[in-house]
Amino acid sequence: MNSFLNIIQRDLHLALRQGLDSLMVVMFFVIAVVLFPFGIGPEPGILARIAPGVIWVAALLASMLSLERLFQTDYEDGSLELLSLSPLPLELTVLAKVITHWLTTGVPLIIAAPLLAVLMNLDTDGFAMLLVALILGTPSLSLIGAVGAALILGARRGGVLLSLLILPLFIPVLIFGVSAVDAAILGFPVKGQLLILGAFLIGAVAVCPFAAAAAVREAVK
Amino acid sequence: MSWIILVPRTKKDPKVNESSAMKRIDWLANPARFQRLSRRVRPVAAWLTVGLLAAGLYLGLFQSPADYQQSETVRIMYVHVPAAWMGLFCYVSMAVAAGVGLIWRHPVADLAAKATAPIGASFTFLALVTGSLWGKPMWGTYWVWDARLTSMLVLLFFYLGYIALVNAFDDPARGTKMSSILALVGVINVPIVKFSVEWWYTLHQSASVVKAGGPSIHPSMLWPLLLMAFAYTTYYIWILLLRIDGEIAATKIRAARMRQVHG
Repeated sequence: MNSFLNIIQRDLHLALRQGLDSLMVVMFFVIAVVLFPFGIGPEPGILARIAPGVIWVAALLASMLSLERLFQTDYEDGSLELLSLSPLPLELTVLAKVITHWLTTGVPLIIAAPLLAVLMNLDTDGFAMLLVALILGTPSLSLIGAVGAALILGARRGGVLLSLLILPLFIPVLIFGVSAVDAAILGFPVKGQLLILGAFLIGAVAVCPFAAAAAVREAVK
Repeated sequence: MSWIILVPRTKKDPKVNESSAMKRIDWLANPARFQRLSRRVRPVAAWLTVGLLAAGLYLGLFQSPADYQQSETVRIMYVHVPAAWMGLFCYVSMAVAAGVGLIWRHPVADLAAKATAPIGASFTFLALVTGSLWGKPMWGTYWVWDARLTSMLVLLFFYLGYIALVNAFDDPARGTKMSSILALVGVINVPIVKFSVEWWYTLHQSASVVKAGGPSIHPSMLWPLLLMAFAYTTYYIWILLLRIDGEIAATKIRAARMRQVHG
């Protein structure tokens, strides 16, 4: 447990000292969403209709952008090899890195989301649900993304490849994340969507660390 | 190094009592043995494909009646429906082969997974294209975001991701291992995607061949459909064996070149 927390602490330190990385992810998130009113036009009705989807898609893309570096830097300087030799099971090491990724990108995205909801004229009934859906959904994104990030270790053109691999895997989270917000705005019950998002999260915790660890083992072999 | 995977595994611990299925899997792990078998099976599969395809197309295009609702466009179905089945079938066989390759370090299974991907992607693409050609006269549009179309499209993306990953490494053996992990993650995800997109209201008609209480389709239409499905399956076997042979040959060439370079 101690070494598990140590990895989280180390990665958080690294993220904080390099500082700009998670800030850039949030800036990307904001700018990507702000492009939509320019592309579609500023009518409040249309913006409000597409707001949940646009915010969710931008969150997917933002969290994907930062995933490339999840294992890459450690792989390049050799520390991933040392981590994989440590007594802590590699699955837990991967989980620790996923938690750090969520803390450094998922949480800032969730904090920035209400601002974007205001900019996109989202119905006020949807605000709370947008946050709840993001809180339930973004950890799944980090977990699924970790598998992709581990698979591209040592590959050519890793970044583009990563998006090709994991964006299709994100689709279920996107569907239910958006549908929870839409349901809340229309006054329908949202319990089903939230339960399914929770189920995705539990399923991802059960599967993804193992798949990612298998890929990391293959990469450092 | 990649040529190591071609070393046949002959040493066995006599104390370990393996099941007969396991022995058969092991027996095929020797590429030379596999190629001997493949050379015998391929012509059979090829002739079966030609025969079944001719029979299926003749029955489908000339002998079967036009549908009272869809008129002649119903004939697209004989190409479309089996292609969609094969798209899914190939993904499952790819994942099974990938699993066998990962668990038992089975060299031919690795190659089978790699060889299946482009075939499955082509079937999925064929299903999408014929589906949209059928959709134009029927639904008045080439594309609708309906559950089945969307999940086939996502399936195509899974295939493309797999093909991109398998070719992204300098060491082909690592490429197959990495993409095998991806195939296994994908096969968990395919049903989830399928179920998620069904959340949307769907335009597509529900399954009418495989369902409880027998098929709800007239035999004159069912026969060409089944013949075409069998033709696609034998085609798949034929091309799969051909591609695996090609992969084995490519590995041998790579090994020979490496020996030349490294002496």
